[in-house]
Amino acid sequence: MITEIGKYFIFLRNLFVNRESFGTYYKLVLEESVSIGLGSLFLVALVATFMGAVTTVQTAFNMVSPLIPNFVISQVVREMTILELAPTIIAVIYAGKVGSSMAGGLGTMRITEQIDALEVMGINSVSYLVLPKIIASILMYPLLVIIAGVCALAGGYLVGTVTEIITPNDYVYGIRYAFNPFTVTFALIKSVVFAFLVASISSFQGYYTQGGALEVGVSSTKAVTNSVIAVLLSDYFLAQLLLGK
Amino acid sequence: MIEIENISKSFNGKMILDGISGNFEKGKPNLIIGASGTGKSVLLKCIVGLLKPDTGSVLYDGRDFYEGDRNLKIEIRREMGMLFQGSALFDSKNVEQNVMFPLDTLTKMSKEEKLDRVNFCLKRVGLENVNLKMPSEISGGMKKRVGIARAIVNNPQYLFCDEPNSGLDPQTSVLIDELIQDLSEDLDMTTIVVTHDMNSMMGIGEKIMFLYQGHKVWEGTKHDITRSGVRELDNFVFANKVMQSMRSAGTNF
Repeated sequence: MITEIGKYFIFLRNLFVNRESFGTYYKLVLEESVSIGLGSLFLVALVATFMGAVTTVQTAFNMVSPLIPNFVISQVVREMTILELAPTIIAVIYAGKVGSSMAGGLGTMRITEQIDALEVMGINSVSYLVLPKIIASILMYPLLVIIAGVCALAGGYLVGTVTEIITPNDYVYGIRYAFNPFTVTFALIKSVVFAFLVASISSFQGYYTQGGALEVGVSSTKAVTNSVIAVLLSDYFLAQLLLGK
Repeated sequence: MIEIENISKSFNGKMILDGISGNFEKGKPNLIIGASGTGKSVLLKCIVGLLKPDTGSVLYDGRDFYEGDRNLKIEIRREMGMLFQGSALFDSKNVEQNVMFPLDTLTKMSKEEKLDRVNFCLKRVGLENVNLKMPSEISGGMKKRVGIARAIVNNPQYLFCDEPNSGLDPQTSVLIDELIQDLSEDLDMTTIVVTHDMNSMMGIGEKIMFLYQGHKVWEGTKHDITRSGVRELDNFVFANKVMQSMRSAGTNF
């Protein structure tokens, strides 16, 4: 365990040693961004929309007192979405989709000697293959989180108004009521940290794959598991650090 | 010329290579042969720097690869070309992009110059009109040729081939062997070929090093491999039925 963590930090250091030209990374980052961003957009939007819809219905179900105004439903949906559901739950989905794909791709490159081919050419394979993934992840994941937040609130609005749980005016009022902009900053800080963790941990697992096709599968699974654990731990520490009293 | 001295390597306490020394000459294929599991590929990986040997040194025209600093390592590596056992072509790139890759990342050539060089190398290995095909769309033999084209595109001084004939039919194997021999001579490269293919040995084995259980047991040429008098080598060479029947028939090798 300690050895693995040490190896991970050496891996991170190697990202910045003997780098290629800026132009090389620019193109690679764009390619990765398209793959990560566009490739995850549909799944993220779908999950977020249903998440918002379900949160609205369940919040309404739990509000049994007639003394609590209806707009509190959308206020709760807003706080849950921005603070936790959009950055953290989507990070779990992101680790499952993007993280496993990164680990699988790098693992396959390792077992088919494509990484060795890069090394023999005198190219720092860690920096060439992994740095663009991490940069693209840090650029794209916060955008996905913003889209997820919007979709979740829209999903809540749609279900809330169609099923007459809440009126459109109340929903919008609740969304705007006592809004603290720092929650958005907090969500974006979390999303940057989660993006880095998922991309770097998944790449690390894939890069050091040894064996054959079976081990590539094992690496992908470990990538998702370790990424999710890291995301949840950092979620707690960030909440304690930035919101704790 | 590449010189190796006292190369040893072990994994988890198991000795794979034990004090291998020798030199590999310029302008002709130098073969490392031996049965599966004798450490041929490990030796090749130690020579190119993909595995660090426990002891020993590797000299590239007098430059010590492992004693040198990071810049020297990169400099030497950029003078290398390598053909991998499974070709190691990049799945996401087409043939042209694969061959152009070293030029894209390591040179400042213009697009036209790069394209000319790629087409020249593809033609040199006997491939034309395949530029836009993906690796999954070409045969094993073509993949090997693309791998060779990629290995020579940067005008390397050192060419390494790990089992270049594995998975190929005998005819294509001969073509690949001839290609490696011609390229070594024409481009005056120091070429090291790891193989256990008897046809390759008898075809291009101008200089052969035989490994047995991690030791260098014999060194010579294709002309004296059949009369070495080394039991391990004889067992390896005459394991083949064709070679056995040729020996029984009194063929003068």
